[in-house]
Amino acid sequence: MTVQDVSDPQPSKPGAGDVIDASTVIVCCGSGGVGKTTTAAVLGLEAARRGRRAVVVTIDPARRLADALGLEGGLASEPQRIELGSRVDSTGDGELWAMMLDTAATFDGLVRRHADSDEQIERILTNPFYRNIAGALSGTQEYMAAETLHELHGDERFDLVIVDTPPSRNALDFLEAPGVLARFLDHRLFRLLMLPTRGGLRVIGIATQPLLKAIGKVVGSDVLADSVAFFQAFAGMETGFRERADDVVQLIRAPETSFVVVASPRRDTIDEAVWFATQLVDQGVGVTAVIVNRAHPEFGDGTSAEAADAAIAASADGDEDLVGLWDNVAALRTIRDLELDVIAPLTAIVGGDRLVVLPLLDGDVHDLDGLLVMAGHLFDHPVVDG
Amino acid sequence: MPPENEFPLQSLTAARVVVVAGKGGVGKTTVTAVIARAASDAGQRVLVVELDGKPTLAELLPDLEVLAISAPEALDEYLREHGFARIAKRLNRTGVIDVVGTAAPGIDDIVVLGKIKQLERSGDYDLIVVDGPAAGHAITFLTSAAGLADAVSSGPVRAQADEVLELLHDPERCQVVLVTLPETTPVNEVVETAFALEDVVGVQLGPVVVNGVDLGDPLPDEASARRAVADLEPAIAAALTDAAAFRRSRRAMEAGEIARLAAELPIPKVTLPALAAAGLTSSDIAELAATLGADA
Repeated sequence: MTVQDVSDPQPSKPGAGDVIDASTVIVCCGSGGVGKTTTAAVLGLEAARRGRRAVVVTIDPARRLADALGLEGGLASEPQRIELGSRVDSTGDGELWAMMLDTAATFDGLVRRHADSDEQIERILTNPFYRNIAGALSGTQEYMAAETLHELHGDERFDLVIVDTPPSRNALDFLEAPGVLARFLDHRLFRLLMLPTRGGLRVIGIATQPLLKAIGKVVGSDVLADSVAFFQAFAGMETGFRERADDVVQLIRAPETSFVVVASPRRDTIDEAVWFATQLVDQGVGVTAVIVNRAHPEFGDGTSAEAADAAIAASADGDEDLVGLWDNVAALRTIRDLELDVIAPLTAIVGGDRLVVLPLLDGDVHDLDGLLVMAGHLFDHPVVDG
Repeated sequence: MPPENEFPLQSLTAARVVVVAGKGGVGKTTVTAVIARAASDAGQRVLVVELDGKPTLAELLPDLEVLAISAPEALDEYLREHGFARIAKRLNRTGVIDVVGTAAPGIDDIVVLGKIKQLERSGDYDLIVVDGPAAGHAITFLTSAAGLADAVSSGPVRAQADEVLELLHDPERCQVVLVTLPETTPVNEVVETAFALEDVVGVQLGPVVVNGVDLGDPLPDEASARRAVADLEPAIAAALTDAAAFRRSRRAMEAGEIARLAAELPIPKVTLPALAAAGLTSSDIAELAATLGADA
């Protein structure tokens, strides 16, 4: 037995419970569409059940977490307390909060923190090139997620921050994003631009720098002028940004920060999860738990072939209803076997005791009750009735 | 549930460029492969374009032409072809290309779409199927041309943006096929994306593909199931009836979501069946392609 199964009678699933009890930060990573956001919400809900004050940050611009928590109108960019009511049997200490990452507003906050004057803030925030960086530079979203995580970690209202990372092919994007942005701001173009501007000769600077002239030809001179103005306005802030980035990286790599890899039982997402897990292990960060969502549940003890034989036997008896029932069991067992085969390589990397397979539910998870059912499977407590 | 359109292949390939888009996990790459396979089997000259550097499509379509387009290469090529060879070299060598992409966001997308436009104009293909960009990026990918045309007033990139806009606005040359699953969140997202694409981009929407629908044989209802297992051991009887109940419940949920999609998004739908698999192979793609009526 390599894969720990939900229907396994063994009570211990160290991966899942330990993640919550031993962490102050949980980072959920995995490819898009695997139920990462829902998993983050389930972990948050379970943390609240265990008396923690948890906040879940979602990054996905879709309303997935809002859907999962049954919130109308989407989540705000400030943490909102989720009303758990009597469905969660807590001692009254546990709380669940949720918020949506606002990349641009988080970046604005960083600029405000590190700028010397209101005038500098104004010049940066109104610069079109800055707005593009805040919205579009690759890695910015990851960095701002990490920054938000750092901010919430220091917020006394919460003792556990759960962050759902941006869909990314590379788990290291999140680890490295703060450094990437610091490097961008320390770019050679930046240094190139600073020289001519000491004399305040911005326009002449552009015209006389062959490289800048070339860039201007490609993207147009207005765009170039905006970027030059941004780098000028940014002068003096690089050090503050870099130090802050170092703090954020330190928090991400702290022992109380856990990484949970989320996958679904399909070959492509398992391949990516294997890749994520390998990278995290190589980086010395490690994987605290792997959650494979939406595996077909197990029905009865036998194999698919036995079910198919039973269908043939029933057919010989002329019992068409029984044939249909056995065929259905055979089909579901076949899919489950294929799924467990696909999951196996992941078990080899992280160990069976860290891997939990959650069943595909017979409905859609889009409210607190659905999340509670998932939490019940993940943490082996009886499912609470509404 | 039968497809709404009797010849779904025809409507799926109504434009020369078909951009397949959808959130992560809905089967965007599968649908790209299925459309390409079906069109090729129907005798069309097909090019498949992939943008994320993964080998999946080449594996699923071993006998078709699959072209990987990356933004840095496309930009480099574009500059060289338009008399900016020296600039291209300098941009690459200094790494300033990141800054250029940030200064004019969408430049990456424009050069990729520009390359697709060039392939479409070449006349070498009857159909170009594009496996659209990753989760959540479809709208920015397709709005990049309009955004860039607003931000950049002159230069080769601006010219490229204008030509890309022409392509996107011509329903004979380009359409977007959105992919979803018969589940709540994917249906919500596809409805939102469809309206955003029509309003913001003004691009033609092809049929929406509902992927992974359970089209298996009908199951006995609850009462018949209970009768059928009456003489069996309780544990076996329970496994049989639980499995049937699970399947019926999933199917009811799927039917409910498909009905909601029909009500909320009044454009044609094409249904692809769920296959018993944990990852598709080239023969699965051929099986799915046959359901589109390629051999009809």
